[in-house]
Amino acid sequence: MEITDVVCALCGCVCDDLVVEVEDNEVKKVKKGACSVGKSKLMGHGRIKSPAIRENGSLKECSYDDAIKKAAGILAAARRPLLYGWSSTVCEADKVGIELAEEIGAVIDNTASVCHGPSVLAIQDVGLPSCTLGEVKNRADLVIYWGANPTDAHANHMKRYSYISKGYWTAEGKKDKKLIVVDVRETKTAKVADVFIRIEQGKDFLVFSALRALLLGYEDVVPEEVGGVSKKDLLEAVRLMKEAKFGITFFGMGVTQSTGRHNNIVNAIQMTRAAHTHTKFSIMPMRGHYNVNGFNQVCTWETGYPFSVDLSRGYAWYNPGETSSTDLLVRRECDAALFIATDPGAHFPGESIRHLAKIPVIQIDPFANPTTEFADVVIPAAISGIESEGNVYRMDNIPIRLRKVVDTEYLPDEEILEKILEEVRAIREKEGE
Amino acid sequence: MAEGELLIKNGVVYDPINGVNGEKKDICIRDGKVVEEVKNPKVIDAGGRVVMPGGVDIHSHIAGGKVNSGRLFRPEDGRRGLEAKTKVCRMQSGYSVPNTFATGYRYAKMGYTFVMEAAMPPLAARHTHEEIVDIPILDNAALPLIDNNWMTLDYVKSGDIDLLTAYIAWIIKATKGYGVKIVNPGGTEAWAWGKNCDLNDTVPYFDVTPAEIVKSLGEANEKFEMPHSIHVHTNMLGHPGNFGVTMATYDLVKGIKPSKDRQVLHATHTQFHSYGGTNWGDFESKADAIADYVNKNEHVTIDIGSIILGDTTTMTADGPMEYSLYQITGRKWTNHDVELETGSGITPFLYSGKSPVNTIQWAIGQELALLVKDPWKVALTTDHPNAGPFIGYPILISMLMSKKRREESAADMHSAIYDRAALPSIDREYDLYEIAIITRGMTAKALGLHEHGKGHLGVGADGDVAIYDMSPEERDAGKIQKAFLNTKYTIKGGEIVVKDGEVVATPAGKTYFVTPECDDTLTEEMLKKLKDKFEHYYSVTFNNYPVQDAYVPNPYEIKAPMRG
Repeated sequence: MEITDVVCALCGCVCDDLVVEVEDNEVKKVKKGACSVGKSKLMGHGRIKSPAIRENGSLKECSYDDAIKKAAGILAAARRPLLYGWSSTVCEADKVGIELAEEIGAVIDNTASVCHGPSVLAIQDVGLPSCTLGEVKNRADLVIYWGANPTDAHANHMKRYSYISKGYWTAEGKKDKKLIVVDVRETKTAKVADVFIRIEQGKDFLVFSALRALLLGYEDVVPEEVGGVSKKDLLEAVRLMKEAKFGITFFGMGVTQSTGRHNNIVNAIQMTRAAHTHTKFSIMPMRGHYNVNGFNQVCTWETGYPFSVDLSRGYAWYNPGETSSTDLLVRRECDAALFIATDPGAHFPGESIRHLAKIPVIQIDPFANPTTEFADVVIPAAISGIESEGNVYRMDNIPIRLRKVVDTEYLPDEEILEKILEEVRAIREKEGE
Repeated sequence: MAEGELLIKNGVVYDPINGVNGEKKDICIRDGKVVEEVKNPKVIDAGGRVVMPGGVDIHSHIAGGKVNSGRLFRPEDGRRGLEAKTKVCRMQSGYSVPNTFATGYRYAKMGYTFVMEAAMPPLAARHTHEEIVDIPILDNAALPLIDNNWMTLDYVKSGDIDLLTAYIAWIIKATKGYGVKIVNPGGTEAWAWGKNCDLNDTVPYFDVTPAEIVKSLGEANEKFEMPHSIHVHTNMLGHPGNFGVTMATYDLVKGIKPSKDRQVLHATHTQFHSYGGTNWGDFESKADAIADYVNKNEHVTIDIGSIILGDTTTMTADGPMEYSLYQITGRKWTNHDVELETGSGITPFLYSGKSPVNTIQWAIGQELALLVKDPWKVALTTDHPNAGPFIGYPILISMLMSKKRREESAADMHSAIYDRAALPSIDREYDLYEIAIITRGMTAKALGLHEHGKGHLGVGADGDVAIYDMSPEERDAGKIQKAFLNTKYTIKGGEIVVKDGEVVATPAGKTYFVTPECDDTLTEEMLKKLKDKFEHYYSVTFNNYPVQDAYVPNPYEIKAPMRG
């Protein structure tokens, strides 16, 4: 059976025109629309087979009920629990997660904390002049990727939405456009750019400042070389920006997680505002996981804040640096953690992992990963977008509903969390809290 | 809806739709609806207090992409409204951009039971509905933005009103929306290139004018028996001297016959569109001219969009307007243009009584309410949160009811109010009957919701009741304000949801949406063009676009047949 309009649950591109061949309740072929990574996810790979609880150092398979009871017991007893992940699951699950965090007074945080969190802080400082990806496709004649390498990380991005795509005023595709890539090394994306600006590691802030100055007409204050880039090349970039009818800057973790962090993004946005005095100019973060944005959305409308929210006071307390996951772990504050649809074992600094090894850890995930190696309770989940449906937010805030294409025995994240929440409430009621 | 019976006795009832003006009257409710009599009810003794139907807000931004972007980029606003969870309530945050839970609780405490989300970008409609589901208590609906859509612009240009009719039917159904929202027609499309449009300018590349867009959508809307008229944010919002454009826009639809007994055009947040002068230096109120137009014509209703002094978060699909505002203040600015459809901008703003312009703006909103003679033509709003947060409604009610309070306030503000505004010279004071009209009766009628049990307490109406802790004789403005901020009781569908100013139950609200029933042949013809737009220009597929039923768990469908 051929299923059309399948939505890819991999990266922030959320391509929604996949065609998938399903036979005997199995994805046999991805016929259209997906990049190689998206295809690989749809075709499936090593699953966590069964719920399990660690006993004497090794995971012992158990029933869903037992794993859920064990997880609820850990969370109900914890004084400073952390609930982290949430970016590779659907908004419906995120909502239950926030309710669970509220119930137990947990800190809830998503992967933005170690990814585009600095972008959020910058937006809170200066705002974000942006647009949907279809605007870029139809109108943009200048595309800038800065500290981002879509050819490898968001493989369909240029084809569907930006440099290569064809739209209303861009019917000739890349012939109608210019592509500037700014990076510290010559990435695959840089190789296809019209202009590649190679900057020195950690000098993004300076280069943004120089471009801002030039856009605002202060050529005299810009030295002959800034961050490894000649003034001539900077002036050429500014000429392209001013001459564009519609410009867009996409920025990645090369900017958010290098020297300067959120200050880089503030400056990038200020550069966009400066460019906007000449022409239409927008800017957009290249969000990684398919629903990292969705968690930030749900968390914002429910708690008032997008990530790193501490609910121990009964109301939301937001102070990244104090209430962000790695900081809490490095300070050894947490006494229990739940990780869902994520892998801190691979992504968090060693010091926080050392603390995680000492506290009870619950993992909810379809797939085994390094976190499984130290998790005390492991709960397998259905794969969102293949085995269960739900809402996600693309990197440009467009909500799209993931489709279910095959059936599964595994429970969806939302249902697992609801059961844990129910169990936690039962425990707390018994204890008279 | 609560099962069982409820009797509210000894209340002084203001139910304008049924002509009830301050009568001592019992209200009987069974299974969530108002009935003639009850046999074995739970009894609430209103003790001579003021009783009104649940409030109906005609225009407020409470859910969706730009509201959430406002929350996200203003953690400082979040901190102004933190309240811990209780046994009944979830956590609360925010003042001008409250979280979804606080939105439901605070409206309910003011006695409101229905709120219209006033701007839903069709492509992001799922987002609006996702948030609406998280707003407790309130019944709700949302108006999709239809005026800058390329489909609309194409059909306006070609003059195919029938196909435009088919398109608006499709998009209202696809978004689970309630009617036709127009925001800076043509101007928002122009903003995608960094430009704007006045009423008779040509929209870049599309060869149509905003005036043609308004007129065509006005005609198309009346092809169906739509509960609501077109809902219009006119061009040039916030520009000195815009009152002429505002009235010229009203004139465009004057000859159109409404398909139901209501206005042809609802003009929203009219305060922002009633400006005289040529620049910020000679800026003055033209509320008198706008009110005069409304007094002399029957096809237009307005809501006031009155200012609440203090800091707020402005947000609108009128992208160029927000850019202008950000250029004035230099504060943070978010913009989000939406492909083929609309845009939006957000920036914080402080309305200061020390500023001559803000002072005159403050006067204009109240002048509109006081100078429009027939309260059935005017609704109380703050265009939440643009002119101020909805939590300021009780302040406005007390102002409209007390000339003394207005005089006291004006004395603390910029003296421009005495030279360039009319407010100090107006003696009129609203009575409670008129307050009930502009907060429930008129709004329910203008939205066509009175036929669906909202805004009144006649037999068959929803059992939505507000009991305010004040006697009808109360004249103290401070006490009036206090009473309208926190009800003695708010009853929603026969269930007590607020008691003594505290939320005691949080049932889910219903989502009202309209299904315009368009001729199949026309729809097929229209779909050819629409599918081509999806094929080539949208970034999502045609099949993934419509809002799925899962997003509207508590639906209330209103069918709008084609006019015979």
